[in-house]
Amino acid sequence: MSLSREDVQKVAGLARLRMTDSQLDEMAPKLNSILGFVEQLSEVETDNVEPLSNVARSTLSLRKDEVNDGECRDKVLANAPEAEEGFYAVPKVVE
Amino acid sequence: MTELTNLTIATALEGLKNKDFTATELTQAHIAAVESARDLNCFITETPEIALKQANEADARYNAGTALALDGIPIGMKDLFCTEGVKTTAASKILGNFVPTYESTVSQKLWNAGCTMLGKLNLDEFAMGSANTTSAFGNVINPWKPNDGSNADLVPGGSSGGSSAAVAAQLCLGATGTDTGGSIRQPAAFTGICGIKPTYGRCSRWGIVAFASSLDQAGAFARTTEDCALLLNAMCGHDPKDSTSSRQDVPDFTATLNDDLKGKKIGIPKEYRVDGMPDEIEKIWSQGMEWLKDQGAEIVDVSLPHTKYALPTYYIIAPAECSSNLARYDGVRYGLRETGDDLRDMYELTRAEGFGEEVQRRIMIGTYVLSAGYYDAYYIKAQKVRRLITEDFDKAFEQCEALLTPTAPSSAFAIGENDDDPIKMYLNDVFTVPTSMAGLPGMSVPAGLDSRGLPLGLQIICKAWDEQTVFNVARGIEKAANFTAKPQILGLSRAA
Amino acid sequence: MAQLIKGETGEWEMVIGLEVHAQVTANSKLFSGASIEFGAAPNTHVSLVDAAMPGMLPVLNEYVVEQAVKTGYGLNAQVNQTSVFARKNYFYPDLPQGYQISQYDQPIVGTGKIEIDLPDGSVKEVGITRLRLEQDTGKSVHDMHPSKSYVDLNRSGSALMEIVSEPDIRGPEEAVAYISKLRMILQYLGTCNGNMDEGSMRADVNISVRKPGDEFGTRAEVKNVNSLKAVHQAIMFEAQRQIEIIEDGGEVDQETRLWDPNKLETRALRSKEDAHDYRYFPDPDLLPLELTDELMERIKSTLPELPDEKKHRFMESFGLSTYDASVLIAEQSRAAFFETVAEKAGDAKLAANWVINELLGALNKAEKDLNETPVSAEQLGQLVARIKDNTISGKIAKDVFAEMMETSKDADSIIDEKGLKQVTDTGAIEAIIDQVLAANPSQVETYKGGNEKLLGFFVGQVMKASQGKANPAMVNEILKKKLDG
Ligand SMILES: [Mg+2]
Ligand SMILES: [Zn+2]
Repeated sequence: MSLSREDVQKVAGLARLRMTDSQLDEMAPKLNSILGFVEQLSEVETDNVEPLSNVARSTLSLRKDEVNDGECRDKVLANAPEAEEGFYAVPKVVE
Repeated sequence: MTELTNLTIATALEGLKNKDFTATELTQAHIAAVESARDLNCFITETPEIALKQANEADARYNAGTALALDGIPIGMKDLFCTEGVKTTAASKILGNFVPTYESTVSQKLWNAGCTMLGKLNLDEFAMGSANTTSAFGNVINPWKPNDGSNADLVPGGSSGGSSAAVAAQLCLGATGTDTGGSIRQPAAFTGICGIKPTYGRCSRWGIVAFASSLDQAGAFARTTEDCALLLNAMCGHDPKDSTSSRQDVPDFTATLNDDLKGKKIGIPKEYRVDGMPDEIEKIWSQGMEWLKDQGAEIVDVSLPHTKYALPTYYIIAPAECSSNLARYDGVRYGLRETGDDLRDMYELTRAEGFGEEVQRRIMIGTYVLSAGYYDAYYIKAQKVRRLITEDFDKAFEQCEALLTPTAPSSAFAIGENDDDPIKMYLNDVFTVPTSMAGLPGMSVPAGLDSRGLPLGLQIICKAWDEQTVFNVARGIEKAANFTAKPQILGLSRAA
Repeated sequence: MAQLIKGETGEWEMVIGLEVHAQVTANSKLFSGASIEFGAAPNTHVSLVDAAMPGMLPVLNEYVVEQAVKTGYGLNAQVNQTSVFARKNYFYPDLPQGYQISQYDQPIVGTGKIEIDLPDGSVKEVGITRLRLEQDTGKSVHDMHPSKSYVDLNRSGSALMEIVSEPDIRGPEEAVAYISKLRMILQYLGTCNGNMDEGSMRADVNISVRKPGDEFGTRAEVKNVNSLKAVHQAIMFEAQRQIEIIEDGGEVDQETRLWDPNKLETRALRSKEDAHDYRYFPDPDLLPLELTDELMERIKSTLPELPDEKKHRFMESFGLSTYDASVLIAEQSRAAFFETVAEKAGDAKLAANWVINELLGALNKAEKDLNETPVSAEQLGQLVARIKDNTISGKIAKDVFAEMMETSKDADSIIDEKGLKQVTDTGAIEAIIDQVLAANPSQVETYKGGNEKLLGFFVGQVMKASQGKANPAMVNEILKKKLDG
């Protein structure tokens, strides 16, 4: 599989990364070299192998349904680039 | 007094207990060292006031006879650990001004044990790199110099390059790191110090800026095995705020530190003899086997047949997780925001401006391998191979208690080398990545110098939760290697 | 019940599947300890986890898991012992993590089914495809500033059950019946309060049209349909729109549309430029969720009687009609009220009549809820018992009931005070009948001449003379005897 410039552009869109034309030109061969490198996995026979998504050797721990967090708007908004009237503010979204 | 920065954590604790010096004096000596070594660029943020305040409290406890386990020990904190009220950048422009309102579990545990914080250590951006050259705050310079007269600046390894360089340059007695594919072990090897990555789940990930959640694990750097054990004692333990954190009991790693290796079976994985590996690496590895044999250990050949696939597996799984973990950096709630005509513009400009090249490349790879039509071919395939890699280790550990391998395929290289070829850079982690994929504990100990006078490390890998054997075997190597070489800059500054 | 729409080229059938998001009743969020209480000041019920600060991690709420399992059983569904949380990746300002933690191919609940009750009294089965546990998003407010949207994360991270139906629904009535039934089940279980006004239950409608018997057509997903009325309106609008497109020779786009409750129309979402590629993958911050046998057994054994079971029991043990049973089980408290009345009255059918026609009718008129009723279940039961044991007639009972609604007094004391007790003394009734017959000689003559319809007239006169207190059955009997004998 090889990524075209258009493919790269599409992936960049999904990832919300603005790329200039020259960045796209540079990115494509580098991505293709990495994808070429990982391609060697196709040699490995994995037909009857279960995918492994986590190596944590334990079971999921759960928490009690208690309200013991939140009520810290100052902390929540402390680093906000733009906060107004207790809200985060962003450029207007038109739906 | 000038020798305070030359102590180990263990000897410093001794001196503090005996009132040979105070925590304040110890911390002041290190603050001075940090200031004098700024050209190494180890720290992104220095926090001498905090360190002195903590040292003052430590002194009060020593005087009151209520000293804590690591009271008054000055350390550096990788700038990936969120620290309350102290800028935490992950070495990224996108978090350039981020000041957390919370403290990571691991850093809190170290403060609870009495450590003092000299500052936040440089790293590869979001811990993505093997040379500390992707930091938005500039590269870190390895305190070691090649003896070939070139006087070239070398990389300290990565991603925890600030940590390794600072400990090697004696700017702090220990440092935290995180290891996703080798980010503690490889820089430890490049700088002639010890670095341990415990079993996945030993240290809480809460409050550590995430790179790849199924791989990220905090660990420690220090100049001796014992010091690493002391730091790890304080860092490990179950955290209800991290669902992947283990509920296993944490032993006192120093109490049972035992270098009697008689009868221990040490496995040598044949697949780690890779093509084009320098003779010097081969030599130090053989030397390590000899040392262990001399101490009564039995060397056994083992096979980890999927070793060669660990790196390609890693370069699917880690970017996939990172592409998702880094989606939160969108300019809405914190961090950099670039203004755009509309929301989409804001997102794309913010992220393009905020993330460096390597991070963007990994986000792109990760986004691609998860996207419709490619998920099975890449991501699921990688997860299957990950299982095979893990099973390789399980089988090997039926034959031995520990594995001995080189830590990295080379010694430290010059800054700029490997920069334009991502694959070449990724190959640095060829020996460390398999352990990460399997979530096993691994450690690098300095074993000797190569012909250019640069340190080489050996790696010890054990079963899950068996950090104790890791430390014990490391101690055996450490004793035999008697690695006393120091980076040249220490000689220079001492002479000056 | 399938409602067909007449177009220019013939009749069209609607094919509808519903995706309902139901907020799980709990104290705290799915993965954080922040409150989920409705109506707080912006960004107050928000933890650092909900705001997706760097390094924050999710920890699963065990009660929410139990609630989902309970709901699974309530939907007659397969509860999966192992389920997996997955990340659904997309960018939006009210989605702080840049992904929603949801479930994908291994949800906590799999296929199930519920019965829906249609207005014509018929019953239809609708398949449930699955139930996923997932995080809610925050809220974007677009009308507070001319050039900015404001983001409030209070709702961010609250637990939702995403319940998806099979495309078994064939029109707006069925869709409304489905949502009503689903809401009823969740309310019975106590797993969602079903409050659509507060957004605790929200529906997305998947709809396509076809000629009856044809393959499924291309569907559109209509979002933001947040009341039963809107469900009805949105379906009718969207079906008409699609029919017009097809009949004009066009093709329906598979797309996401938004219901505009002001303009009463659906429109394409502008953000559809992002043909969504959500890149689902297992959340590496969470391990698979494993349910123990004990937990599953415990929840199964403590399940309340569900609406359909109750309905069937009411029909089978009490002989109620489907309609009466459906009305009575619509709310758990109403069903319980009815059961008390029935027990006290000793006649379930009569009790059902009184609850539905008299009490609910009167409350409805007074714009009151059942929990505000001035007449308790015990009191109503006593009243019905007095009809049953012939103390008063049904007609008098209505007067007594009216008084009870006014004063909250017991039926017996009203009957006593007003001397409304039915006359069942044969002698007394005969005396009144004799009076009436004597006063109407010509009618008696006509009756005897063969016009038996006049019996009703005599009964009326006797009842009038007894001020309604004479037992009507006895009056009938004695009258007949006297006239015919
Ligand atoms: Mg949906
Ligand atoms: Zn959903």
